[in-house]
Amino acid sequence: MGNAEEGIFFLTGKDFTNAGAASSSLKGILERRGVPQDIIRRTAIAAFEAEMNVIIYAVAGMMKYRITDTEISVTLQDMGQGIPSIELAMTEGYSTAPDYIREMGFGSGMGLPNIKKSTDSLVVNSVVGEGTTLEFMIRLKAGE
Amino acid sequence: MDLQTIIDSLSLEVITPELDLHREVTGGYVSDLLSDVMGNSHEGNIWVTFQIHINIIAVASLKGHSGIILVNNRKPEAETLKRAIAENIPIITTTLPTFELVGRLYALGLRCR
Repeated sequence: MGNAEEGIFFLTGKDFTNAGAASSSLKGILERRGVPQDIIRRTAIAAFEAEMNVIIYAVAGMMKYRITDTEISVTLQDMGQGIPSIELAMTEGYSTAPDYIREMGFGSGMGLPNIKKSTDSLVVNSVVGEGTTLEFMIRLKAGE
Repeated sequence: MDLQTIIDSLSLEVITPELDLHREVTGGYVSDLLSDVMGNSHEGNIWVTFQIHINIIAVASLKGHSGIILVNNRKPEAETLKRAIAENIPIITTTLPTFELVGRLYALGLRCR
């Protein structure tokens, strides 16, 4: 521990073969840093859901992370279709995923709610037809 | 409970014989919805599913599952199998449908935790 660490992973839309690789790498980094298991578990859930959203809905995107002594912050930025109503998208069970995505077991409308539940803060900004930025933060130490 | 013991007790078929099966199974989870599994399963769980595509390995690996059981004699896609071996996630199949399999896992003492 001690010093801050940051990095970036690039994501390609519809690349299901490599989907989850960025989240796995991030999990590995947290393990190497000796981050507590529960924090790693929560980060993995949020990162995977956010990564899959880019894979499923966007043309391309990236996942940036920054780990300090006090928090993990992760930002996903994509060039994609955007989210018309973030409020609707945050509703458990709401999904716009096409059938073939649902058949794979994605698109159950649990992604964003899962991220919200697993993180200490979540901000989503989106412009329809341009893309979405999703930013979440998980505290490493209790109470700021 | 030891994974190998579960496999022997229920005569399950191992698709990844190259992986060590002596690992602790903490409990079980059943779902074909990946977000459900991400959100609600636990580390060390054996995951029972109908899904066979490559992304199940990412989920199992991120959650630290002890293995995946495919039901109804489902076989993993070739890429799924390769990734499973690379990520050290045992894949097991059974001809049993989910209901029958999970009943037997429960009878062995596994719980959802």
